[in-house]
Amino acid sequence: MVTGRNGSGKSTLLRILATAIRPHRGTARVEGLDLRGQTRDVRRRVALLSHHHYLYDSLTALENLQIAARFLNRDPSRKALLPLLAEVGLADRADDAPVGFSAGMRKRLALARVLLPPASVVLLDEPYGQLDPPGFRLVDRLVARWREQGATVLMATHLLERGGDLCDGAIVLDEGRLTWEGPAREVAAQSGLAAPVLVEGGA
Amino acid sequence: MQLVAAVHKDLLLQWRGRAQAIAIFVFGATSLLLFSFAIGPNAEALRQHAAGFIWLALLLSSTLTLAESFQSEMEEHALEGLLLLPADARALYYGKALANWAQLTLLGVALVPLTVVLYDAPLPRAGGLLGIIMLGAAGLSGPGTLYAAMTSQTRAQQTLLPLLLFPLVVPVLLASVKATSLLILGDPMGQLRSWTILLVCFDAIHWSVCGLLFDRVVED
Repeated sequence: MVTGRNGSGKSTLLRILATAIRPHRGTARVEGLDLRGQTRDVRRRVALLSHHHYLYDSLTALENLQIAARFLNRDPSRKALLPLLAEVGLADRADDAPVGFSAGMRKRLALARVLLPPASVVLLDEPYGQLDPPGFRLVDRLVARWREQGATVLMATHLLERGGDLCDGAIVLDEGRLTWEGPAREVAAQSGLAAPVLVEGGA
Repeated sequence: MQLVAAVHKDLLLQWRGRAQAIAIFVFGATSLLLFSFAIGPNAEALRQHAAGFIWLALLLSSTLTLAESFQSEMEEHALEGLLLLPADARALYYGKALANWAQLTLLGVALVPLTVVLYDAPLPRAGGLLGIIMLGAAGLSGPGTLYAAMTSQTRAQQTLLPLLLFPLVVPVLLASVKATSLLILGDPMGQLRSWTILLVCFDAIHWSVCGLLFDRVVED
């Protein structure tokens, strides 16, 4: 789990690891692969749930998945992709364009898109953002499944308790620098991020 | 395989955005009409300028078509999403350039009847004109797709795209106008072949070089 205040660099870190942006300096490796020199190999292993949902608003939910499936050489048929939409609770909206979706539904469709590639590293940027409680449980379920399949999941979140229950380790960033590292369950108590707010009463 | 996926994607996006394509056709048709007003009712002068004005109308309309083709890619950063799958940048370029070429060819063909009516231009060799429109549209869509990608994330895309594109496609425009003019007014000196070869050469160079550069444009 990656956490930290707004603007601390969580999304930037995930986008660098997904090779969406190039780092100005330093080196980074994903599964031993250099992000700069082996970009395409890294991309074959990584799936990113970004703030940008990577959707075409003028196409239907199913067509959005079909486009990605074709590039991945996966079966783009309705029969093959409807289960993915059912998984994220959008089976009955398969033929609707995401332009009419709520923010939560768009996030669900973006999650279905993340399920398409056979990724061994899954990067989730604020996966709970905009989702309702059933959506929270959906993310928990997907993360558990990725872990069962042997994938590494790295999520950026402000939900320390939830992330703490789900993840093994955590890091805290502040202005792009690592300020805390430890077990995910301890991040809320020890990192200083969840410090109680003291309110002075006038009585 | 990725090229097929890219072409399919872009043709589907164009089909869904066909209302915009109709608006662009109306823009092109209006341009032709206004140009004819500028010439006046002189039938001979109109006929002589027909080739130039159809290509000017197509050139002006092409900037709208090209800019529009990247709008849907940038709204939700869909292009970035495809690159991360990973989709081959070159396939994405050629897919979009081919779709833009098809749309510009259709637009050019749709403007021909208007030109015939407004400019009293005879059409003795429709097949030859179709060929020139296809080659000229390729000359606009090849570099145009690259420059549309370059300017798609800038605020002043509508200004920057023509500023970058127009100087580059001057040879394409000249060759297309000359070849079309020879088809309409006659070709006593047999120059059509030379201008057509020139167009083919420019298209080959633009499509090759732009395909190589697209990767740098979208990745950096």
